[in-house]
Amino acid sequence: MKAACWMGKRRVEVQEVREPRILNPRDCIVKITSTAICGSDLHLYNGFVPTMEKGDILGHEFMGEIVEIGPAVKLRKVGDRVVVPFTIACGGCHHCQRQEWSCCDNTNPNAAMAELINGYSGSALFGYSHAFGGYAGGQAQYARVPFADVGPIKIESDLPDAKVLFLSDIFPTGYMAAENCAIDPGRSTVAIWGCGPVGQFAVRSALLLGAAKVFAIDRQPERLAMAQAAGAYPLDESKLDVHERLKELTGGRGPDAAIDAVGMEAHGSLYDTVKQRLKLEQDRPFVLRQAIRAVRKGGVLSIPGVYTGMVDKIPFGAAFAKGVTFKMGQTHVHRYLRPLLEMVQSGRIDPSFVVTHRFPLSRAAEAYETFRDRTDGCIKVVLDPAA
Amino acid sequence: MDSSITPTRRRGGARGPVTSSKITVPDGDSVKVVRACTIMRPAAELYAFWREVENLAQIIKYPCSIVRISDTESRWSASAPPGDRRIEWTSLVINDEPSRLIAWRTAEGAEIAHAGSVRFEPAPGDEGTEVTVALEYNPPGGQFAALVAKLTDKEAGQQVAETLRRFKALTEAGEIPTIEGQPAGNAQDDGAAAVDAEQKDRP
Repeated sequence: MKAACWMGKRRVEVQEVREPRILNPRDCIVKITSTAICGSDLHLYNGFVPTMEKGDILGHEFMGEIVEIGPAVKLRKVGDRVVVPFTIACGGCHHCQRQEWSCCDNTNPNAAMAELINGYSGSALFGYSHAFGGYAGGQAQYARVPFADVGPIKIESDLPDAKVLFLSDIFPTGYMAAENCAIDPGRSTVAIWGCGPVGQFAVRSALLLGAAKVFAIDRQPERLAMAQAAGAYPLDESKLDVHERLKELTGGRGPDAAIDAVGMEAHGSLYDTVKQRLKLEQDRPFVLRQAIRAVRKGGVLSIPGVYTGMVDKIPFGAAFAKGVTFKMGQTHVHRYLRPLLEMVQSGRIDPSFVVTHRFPLSRAAEAYETFRDRTDGCIKVVLDPAA
Repeated sequence: MDSSITPTRRRGGARGPVTSSKITVPDGDSVKVVRACTIMRPAAELYAFWREVENLAQIIKYPCSIVRISDTESRWSASAPPGDRRIEWTSLVINDEPSRLIAWRTAEGAEIAHAGSVRFEPAPGDEGTEVTVALEYNPPGGQFAALVAKLTDKEAGQQVAETLRRFKALTEAGEIPTIEGQPAGNAQDDGAAAVDAEQKDRP
């Protein structure tokens, strides 16, 4: 089969690899019909995530048809059309039972590696480095999906792939980021840094949850326009003082909640860019700093943007002085699958708005480059595995 | 009853009898590791798995064979550092409290004398069972025993932790997570195809 393989920094190659097979009794094999490139894939692409190995199959946003099931699979059947969450969860551990799916204890075969870095290991992820399990990803024609009865959600309706594909990650991720803001309907103001795909879903989710005002911060005109189209107030950070403008727009109080939908590769700070290049700092927390300062006293800082290591010069004193609540982490995707699918089915949101580019899987290398460089207004890329 | 492992720190290699309730490893320079995990299953079920000694081969990551000889005696064979030599020993259950504790030690003459225990205790709020394994052993290495002990302490700790992790996954999730056997691209930069010729294409 064809698969997009990580071959080093800024090198993606589509290779012919053997097809996956059932390795554990609760596995299934999915024939992939649609797969996407995530903003967090760019962290891998740009070489900022440790424990990637050459040849690793990329991709964690995918859907398709089940073509084979393991002997212990009871609910899912061959022929089911499913969307696969990017987090892999067992359903039986303490965390899964508490709906903290991305904290699952039992899915990372390299948990010892993650424990060494983080103290404890979260759930495994598809296609996202060996510290997160090393599972082959979904930018391929087939994928092995563990715990077939726990993760994959069956799509019963004839909704096209583009409307349900993003249940795999970015819609739940944007939604959880907004939910973490503890929005008081009709009252809360939310400022969102980063209008990439997750930021776009955070904007729409905050509005769906009743936010009175949503401010969308970016420097790409097409991304700001897309956020504005949903009802957000766009702020071009390259042209204005975000902190002062937010203060002004919120009657001097500051936004009730701030969302960092950018993460470890923020632009805007030469200090961090140089330190990251020199490997003195793993992440560039420029947005994080700005958001900590901008959020109101007693406000919430919600962080869906990915961080993987050490960050430098975080204004912790400001966070303490204002009593800021931090909410963050990998998305508990499983928790949101059904409610968000219902929102799509009822027409309250059409997630396909975010797709700007389509490529055949065979041209994945070009797709990565286009997405990274934001060429031609690129915001979200969907790959067609059949081509 | 004292069911913990009590190290005997007798220098000079004196070997003494093992008292009935204390688990002891003769000789000095022993290594002791303790690891714990919490499993969302009843203590009785976890105890029953562990008491069926041959089951342990499923959760110990390194290849080993375990043959039950009697209710309290089993014959083990595994490879051990340094050099991954094959070693064998007999293990004796010396303390057994159903649903609570199993303790064991090696029979006289074992190359790597060791003793261990596994305890099963309800977690606070009855949310699962806290499983604690304590293992004490004399590492191989002759006069370098102490040095080897230090070097292998971490390794032994990791092995016990990994065994517990696999025990937890098997009993909570029904399987032990793995990626062994999954496809990957050819890591060589020539971009050559890495197709397994034996595998037929799916329709």
